[in-house]
Order: sequence, then structure tokens, then C-alpha cells
Amino acid sequence: MAAPLLSVEDLRVEFGVDRNVFPAVDGVSFAVDRGATLGIVGESGCGKSVTSLAIMRLVSVPPGRYAGGAIRFDGQDLLRLPESRMRALRGGRMGMIFQEPMTSLNPVYTCGDQIVESLKVHSDLSARAARDRAIELLDLVRLPSPAKRVDDYPHQLSGGQRQRVMIALALANDPDLLIADEPTTALDVTIQAQILELMKDLQDRTGTAILLITHDLGVVAETCDEVVVMYAGTVVEQAPTAALFGDPQHPYTVGLMAAVPRIDVAADRLATIEGSVPPPWQVLAGCRFASRCPLADDRCRNEPPPLRAIAPAHRVACWHAPIDGAAA
Amino acid sequence: MSALLQVEGLTKHFPVRRGILRRIVGHVQAVTDVSFAVAAGETLAIVGESGCGKSTTGRALLRLIEPSAGSIRMEGTELTTLSPARMRQMRRQMQIIFQDPYGSLNPRMTVREVLSEPLLLHGVATPATLQAKVAEVLGLCGLSSFHAERYPHEFSGGQRQRVGIARALATRPKLIVCDEPVSALDVSVQAQIVNLLQDLQRQLGVAYVFISHDLAVVRHIATRVAVMYLGRIVEEAPAAELFAAPLHPYTRSLIAAAPRPDPAAGRAKASVEGDAPSALAPPPGCAFHPRCPVAVERCRSERPELRGIGPTRVACHLAEPATDRALPRPLDADTPLARRLAVLAAARARKQEGTAA
Repeated sequence: MAAPLLSVEDLRVEFGVDRNVFPAVDGVSFAVDRGATLGIVGESGCGKSVTSLAIMRLVSVPPGRYAGGAIRFDGQDLLRLPESRMRALRGGRMGMIFQEPMTSLNPVYTCGDQIVESLKVHSDLSARAARDRAIELLDLVRLPSPAKRVDDYPHQLSGGQRQRVMIALALANDPDLLIADEPTTALDVTIQAQILELMKDLQDRTGTAILLITHDLGVVAETCDEVVVMYAGTVVEQAPTAALFGDPQHPYTVGLMAAVPRIDVAADRLATIEGSVPPPWQVLAGCRFASRCPLADDRCRNEPPPLRAIAPAHRVACWHAPIDGAAA
Repeated sequence: MSALLQVEGLTKHFPVRRGILRRIVGHVQAVTDVSFAVAAGETLAIVGESGCGKSTTGRALLRLIEPSAGSIRMEGTELTTLSPARMRQMRRQMQIIFQDPYGSLNPRMTVREVLSEPLLLHGVATPATLQAKVAEVLGLCGLSSFHAERYPHEFSGGQRQRVGIARALATRPKLIVCDEPVSALDVSVQAQIVNLLQDLQRQLGVAYVFISHDLAVVRHIATRVAVMYLGRIVEEAPAAELFAAPLHPYTRSLIAAAPRPDPAAGRAKASVEGDAPSALAPPPGCAFHPRCPVAVERCRSERPELRGIGPTRVACHLAEPATDRALPRPLDADTPLARRLAVLAAARARKQEGTAA
């Protein structure tokens, strides 16, 4: 089997100064194969966005600090790369889409200028050819009348159109990896469906791998090949999408799935997870989910559970997994 | 049915001014000719995408935004012509919960102060009974009396929304407008708040106008649903009916586009193209026709009026009584998810017994 395009190994990212240092990401490992889509799902503060920023090495240092682990992209450890090489990768072989396209596009340049700039930094295209390529890219993301829109400023576009421009920008240099951090969260549901369909189409055509960060299990179910569930800075469960939804194991994953109201299933009352996520500075000896978990016992409170395989490619960090055994 | 709230022809057009003379050059037609009724103790959900006018409608109900035209009757009292003083009294019966509880709570006031204001203002409590009343309202919303001395920033997002609900509930209103009350919350917290709203309704008989863009939450909480598009209601029906047999093409595409957390369900279809047009210049005819997959010539020129088909009101020339219905699946008790939930519930019950004993 070929080496994965991206592999994150035991990544630890800390924030804070002096003695008030806490890990936002604590020992996270996963891998993304070429052309595959991996989803990272979790609630606010679980460390999913810090993970994605760390892969692009965009965590601001200080107050952040890469405190351990490795991020291998095509064999090279990004955490040890000089900044100039990193800059060549960003927007080149690695593209990124953020949640809010209005704040990640520069308001004083036209959409075309921003795509042209990215093309010229990463290739030796002439101004003319870069502009033509920009129009081609806008057409690729199905922005209506791209030859005219290329001269529009971001504020002249709707939210969905701005996100299309962001995708065109991220894809400008045929990246091997596209990191999408909540790419559809700010969009209406009909527009979200359009954007997800577009991302899938483009992946089929260009063969780019996608790392999708989201809080929405519905989006994960529809787009990802494999899923990593994060909670309070750690990976609690990891599995191929069908296995995760068909056979959820970690009590947090189970709780999360049951808490989502379903448009196609009738239920009297939503299941809830009691309590809330512990703040990251709270030092916990054992499993970070223990305070909210009905199955928690003394071992859970004292020893952090390792991520271990319960089936091929299905790994769970829970002392009680597989859960069905606990029913008796 | 004598309705608690009766809205007829509600319209809000915001003038757009340009130039040094601030001449009115056009109107944003945020809400146009919206009519509906809310019965005591029920939940009417207003759904639609950004810019469809659902929040403007919610605010206009309380006259937080003055309607341009139309009538709003609360228990028979016409609100649009009330004096400001009488309107303030009326707000004892009508309250609102906002999306962002942090933005809507004064950061310099403790929860006690936040709750005391409406209680004293509307004479629900006297200084002597205030302490007990505050504790009672907090208890209803799943908070403890020690929370009363805290400031909004000391709470998590879910707890802050509980404070927002407690404030709205303090005067024991008959109607609460909930404007995207769970949109900013994480899934597990969202479920807690949805359950709380349902419990409060059962306990106190309060009616909700529930404004949301999330159809899955709406299906869960609503008695009836009104779908808005570009300032107008395009379909209104009992919730079960709307989701089983949506008649308007826009409603159908909204439901189809909602992602389902089930890989076996297949991918949501992007059945509408493009973006919603501007409310500054809505298209002639049916406002949805530029994006509608089934539009015909008539849709481009003639605006469809709301008409009744069975229990549904729909504004579409082509709508016909549904022949097939997508009935919701009952939650299957034999999925691994359901089995595991049962394990967790049993463990929780054992734990509670343990602490009670």
C-alpha cells in the first residue's frame, strides 16, 4: 500500500504562557490517502480547527506552540520545514477553504486579482495567461458569467458565490490536498448542497484529497470516506464512514448521533449528552469524556484510554469498547 | 379556533435612501402580505433561508420593528395601533429569545438583575417576593439559584441561552418568539435547549413562534410550519403534512437539500440552482420562478396566491394534491445506535439510583 499523502502523528499543540499552558490538540494521529476525503467532526473547542491550522502551520506562535509529533506531507515533516518552503506549499500543493469567505477574501482586490496573484506566485504564467486561467477556474466552480465576475469585488457577490471564489482560489494551483474548515457552515442549506456537490465533482476530476473539518454529521455522512471524531483535543473514534454510522462505539459518538434531530426520522424527545465540554485548562488524569459519560468508572477517571482497534480500520478510545459487551 | 395571535397582511418595506438629499430610491421588500395564526400552546415554525424575512416577521410581531402595513391581533387586541405605553404592557404577554444570548444579555448585569427587571416592571413580583420568583424561573430553566449572582460571561453558550429563556419566561408570557434560538449552539447543547423549550411548553402552555433555518429542528419541535421565500409565505401546513407531502417546489428542494446523518440515505440533491434574488427587486410573477425546476410561462408573469389544498396553504400555480407521502420512519429500535443508547441510558439510571440511595 502506498504511503498516505498526509499523515499526522501524535500531534500536540499547546497554547498559553509560562505556567498557564494547556494543550488544544493532545496526541492526535490520522492519515489522508491521495484522492480520499477524511472528515474531522466534533463540537466547539474539540481542537479540529487548531489541527487544520497546524497542518498549514498557521497557528500563531506565540501564544501557540507545536509541542510534539509530526505532520508528514508527501514524506516531509511540515513542522521542520523552513518558512519559505512552507509558503510555497500553501496555496500551491495545499489549498485551504475557510468558513467565512467574506473575511478570508481581501475586500480591496477583485476576485480575479486574488486568483491571479496566487497563480503568479506559484507558477511563471504571464499576466494574460493567469487572467485567462482565473476565468477558467471561476467557470470550473460554476460562477455565473465568469468573464464578467472576474472583475467583481468580494462584496458584490453573494455568500455562496464568495465561497465558490474561495474554492477557485484554493484549487488554482492543482493542490494535492484541500483543507476545508467548515466550508458550508455559513451558507443556506440549498447553497450548501450546491457547494458540497461542487467539491465532490472537482475531486472526481482533479483527484485532490480533501480534509473536511465540520460539526455537522449530516455533511460528514454525505461526503467523507473516513471520519475522525474529536473531543476535547483528542481523537475518540476513527472509522470508515459506513462503519462509524453503522456501528458507533464511543459513548460520545453515540450521544452526538442521537442528539441530532433527523428530518427523516420521528422521535419524541432528543437524546442529550449531560453537562458540557471541560475547559482545556482543566487537568484531567483519565478519559476527558468521563465527567459526562454514564459508563465512566474509576479506571476511566484515572487512566486515559488508548485509541485501539476493535475492527479493521475502526479505532476507539474507550475502556468500555466494544460497548455492547457492557450491556450484560 | 380562536387564535392567540392573528396576523393579517403583515408587511415591512425598508426604504433605501441614496444621494445627499437622502431620496428614497427603492424599498427592500423584507416582508410582504404575511398572514398566519398561532393558537395557544402550539408552535408555529417560520422557516426559510437568509433574507427571506423570517426574522423581520418575528420582530414585527412585537413591534421591535414597526410594520409598514397589516394587522397583528394578540387575544383580540390590535397591536399596531397601541400607544407605546400600552404596547409595553402587552409585552408581558409576548417575549422574544434571540440567537446570540451573549449579544442580548447586558454584560454588566448579573442574572438576578436581568430577571428582576421584567418581574418588577410588569408587577409580577414585589420586592418581597422577588427572591423566590427569580429562583423559581431559574429552576424552570434548569439553572440553580446560585447562578443568579453570576454575570453572562461566566456561563457556557448553552447556559446563557437558558438565561435568555428564563428572562423571556419571567413574566409568564403566552407567546414567545424564538429567533434561531439553537443555531449558535453545539449539537449536544442544542438538544438540551430543544428539550427544555418542549418541556416548558407542556408545563406552562406557552405558544412559540419558532424562527429557524434548520428543517430537522423544525420538524422536531413544530406543530405547524410556514415556509417563507423572499418576504412571502409560499407554503403553510401542519408539520407532519409539510414533511410528508411538501407541495411547493421550494419546500421540496429545502427538504431534499438537508443533509442526513446516514451514509445509506444517499447524497442530498442540490435541486435548485443559483442564489435567491434580491429583495430590492423581486422577480415578477412567482418570486421563485428563476430557480424553480418546474416553472412554466404563467409563473413568470402571474404571482400565485396562497390557496388551500387539503390542510395545506400553498402559493404555486402547479401545486396539486400529493399522491405519495414520505412518512417518517420510526426510530428503529434494533440499530446498533439505538442499542447503544439503551446501554447508556441504563447505565445512567443505575448511576442515579446509586446516588439517590
